[in-house]
Amino acid sequence: MSEYQKPLSAEEYDINFSALKPLMSDTEAAMESARCLFCYDAPCVHACPTGIDIPLFIRQINSKNDTAAAKTIYESNVFGYACGKVCPTEELCEGACVYNHSDVKPIEIGRLQSFASQKSIANNKKHFHPLAPVGKKVAVVGAGPAGIACAAELRLHGISVDIFEAKENPSGLTVHGVAPYKISNEEVLAEMSYLENQYGFNIHYNTLINTHAEIKRLEAEYDTIFLGIGLWKSSELSLPGEELERVIGAIEFIEQLRSDKHHTNISGKVIVLGGGNTAMDVASECCRMGVDEVVLAYRRSRQEMGAYGFEYDLARAAGMRSIFNVMPLELIGDHAVSAVRFITTKTENGKVVPVPGTEFTDFCDWVIKATGQSRQDSLLDLIGIARNKAGNIITDENFQTSNARYYAAGDAVSGGQEVVNAVADGKKAAKAIILNLRQS
Amino acid sequence: MPSLQVNFAGIKSPNPFWLASAPPTNSGYQIMKAFDAGWGGAVWKTLGVPIVNVSSRYGSVNYRDTRMMGFNNIELISDRPLKDNLREITEVKKRFPDHAVIASLMVQSRKEWHQIVQDVTNAGADGIELNFGCPHGMCERGMGSAVGQEPEVLKTIVGWVMEVATIPVITKLTPNITDITQPAIAAAEAGSDAISLINTIQSIVGVDIDDFVPYPKVGGLSTNGGYCGPAVKPIALNMLKNCAQHPGVNIPISGIGGIENWRDAVEFMLLGASTVQVCTAVMHYGFGIIREMVAGLENYMEEKGFASVEDFVGKAVPKVVHWEDLNLRYKVVASIDANKCIGCQLCYTACEDGAHQAIGLAVAPDRKPHIIEENCVGCNLCSLVCPVENCITMQRLDDGSATESWKQRTDANMIPTTFDDSRAGGLHHTLPDPGEALKVIKPKHYGIR
Repeated sequence: MSEYQKPLSAEEYDINFSALKPLMSDTEAAMESARCLFCYDAPCVHACPTGIDIPLFIRQINSKNDTAAAKTIYESNVFGYACGKVCPTEELCEGACVYNHSDVKPIEIGRLQSFASQKSIANNKKHFHPLAPVGKKVAVVGAGPAGIACAAELRLHGISVDIFEAKENPSGLTVHGVAPYKISNEEVLAEMSYLENQYGFNIHYNTLINTHAEIKRLEAEYDTIFLGIGLWKSSELSLPGEELERVIGAIEFIEQLRSDKHHTNISGKVIVLGGGNTAMDVASECCRMGVDEVVLAYRRSRQEMGAYGFEYDLARAAGMRSIFNVMPLELIGDHAVSAVRFITTKTENGKVVPVPGTEFTDFCDWVIKATGQSRQDSLLDLIGIARNKAGNIITDENFQTSNARYYAAGDAVSGGQEVVNAVADGKKAAKAIILNLRQS
Repeated sequence: MPSLQVNFAGIKSPNPFWLASAPPTNSGYQIMKAFDAGWGGAVWKTLGVPIVNVSSRYGSVNYRDTRMMGFNNIELISDRPLKDNLREITEVKKRFPDHAVIASLMVQSRKEWHQIVQDVTNAGADGIELNFGCPHGMCERGMGSAVGQEPEVLKTIVGWVMEVATIPVITKLTPNITDITQPAIAAAEAGSDAISLINTIQSIVGVDIDDFVPYPKVGGLSTNGGYCGPAVKPIALNMLKNCAQHPGVNIPISGIGGIENWRDAVEFMLLGASTVQVCTAVMHYGFGIIREMVAGLENYMEEKGFASVEDFVGKAVPKVVHWEDLNLRYKVVASIDANKCIGCQLCYTACEDGAHQAIGLAVAPDRKPHIIEENCVGCNLCSLVCPVENCITMQRLDDGSATESWKQRTDANMIPTTFDDSRAGGLHHTLPDPGEALKVIKPKHYGIR
């Protein structure tokens, strides 16, 4: 039995999926910003992949200068609002806050960041003005965090940017793959339209780049091409029964949930396969959808999970139960899945090995696969871009790929990190592109 | 159980906590409520001549998340009819015979003073406080601080009051004067039974940077007001000390200025106040704060073994001397407790930019700074900015055997005469060349666009 009742209306859905980090009021922001110590060479700044001058923007909030605070944030991170909401701040800035060392609650940096950013989004305040056109053109493939961050930086330097996005919305996983209680679609899209308006890049939606002709066209029309293609669908398990109904990938489930909300089809007992942050998100979401039972099944031990501790706690608090050291062998069912056959595992020299004779079956109504995402190999093969063993794009320190015309950053390079990492790297790639275009 | 009872220049009160003459003492209703809550005395909001008030009347200085750290008002004396106030004084005294009711007064002519002193005495007041302090509005009509700033005028008026007074008289002083002891001495010489200080400090609490009008706003204009609240306490303490130390004053003092808890009250009492008066804290939090004040004072007295308030009033007075009498051989340096340090590096930047470059940074990733002892002058700054309790402490280096003051040196003709004189200060402090400032490595995010 879940902690949550099944939401039957939009209102009930909103209650179950209420924001983890709700927007601060002016009063709360004033009180919270007052607590910041304004550390010298503050550790929170070092902990932020985009290096936002956090003590500065907090001080600006405290002196009632939300506009300047937002500018400080956006100067380093164009996803200022979204990152304040979706960043694992407990592991980054807030985790580095010195208050942690004196058993005082760290400053709520994420919420302060969203507070200030939101003011500028609401006022459509233009902090930055792109330079006059310098006669250079860059194509950005993918309107996710890496692509948008790259495009914004390029635009500031007067470079024309066209972004090609396969989906009908921008911002990649921020719209499609983040837990709804972290950020809503409306919030993401508001920031995206604010950025588009301010920086003046063009986004071409529903434009999947995946043919030789399209690649040739990009190469002919643009000086440089940036790949911010992220990852693709959820990984296949390659197990018998995977084709059964009610076996679904985590990314696909989240995407559906974010659009269908309380109409999303999920009920009964759900088994979530995986041990990363996405697995925790999905488990938590199923609980909030009021299903009967959510069981996380992970092939290694709890200590070996990739998920952050706070994400695990969050899912547990929502009602998730976990079984560790189990590996699925087969998904069983007629048309739809009705059980998973597992085998117990142990870790030997870092490798997961099944323990013979320990097979068991666990019944279920749904299986959600949260064991990673596959890559858009066909496009990369077409272009001819080198990848490492894990399938990630290989770049040099300037984010240039094996094909000098192409730069890349984000999940397609990192293999799957936070939004903030993609933003940081997208911007760095843009700086390298700018330098390169200047020299050419 | 220690006794909190006081006898202040003949005015008896169950405890030394009085309400100052101000909005909280505007009516018998409020004062009865305050006495019921536990306040020992109340100085009635100043009675006198008819006035007209403006709106708005108050302005505030907020510091970070603290509201009303400083407070300012442009309100005048009571605008309630005198006869109503007199009737209520009688009523309050009837219900609370053991509590102190002091009538604050402000009028102009000798005849008016005689009449009003007799009126409040007949009404049953235990004492009188002469308002020579109000720094706005009334002073423009020749009353309030206009009197307090002229010791001779003050003396004359106190004299008029003493001609008819049969109950104790307290003279309330304005801080808007260079030397507070001059009006204090004048009051004592004129026969005043006690003094109270400080009244509010002339101030402008802030300016609206959008419409350019200072606060509080009255129809697009403002005027200077009287400043009070926690922010004025240090100024009040210093003026209190000046009066408490002056042999020419030698009458009881009621301390006023930013008192908000038992600890503030004890500090005022240690510097010579035998009662304390509170206004802003009550305007902020209501009469209920008296519970904390009484309990705190009782606990303090119990812990210190003081049976009565007189046991500790003035105990800090002899501890304040002239600078020239301080021991130049006393030497402390800062010490950082690495176990408590949380790595904010505020001590580093405070000392580096704001003091004596006596704190060094640790090698990354350790963020625990260290004291460069040869540069540390023992100024306390690092320990003051440190956000962790008892993390930075000042360690004594001298053994206490040698004492030498500037006065002793002067008397012995041992003062330095040139900057390279070995007796001069600052000789061992090494300072980098100015140009080195531009070579210091800044945090990487500073000034990045």
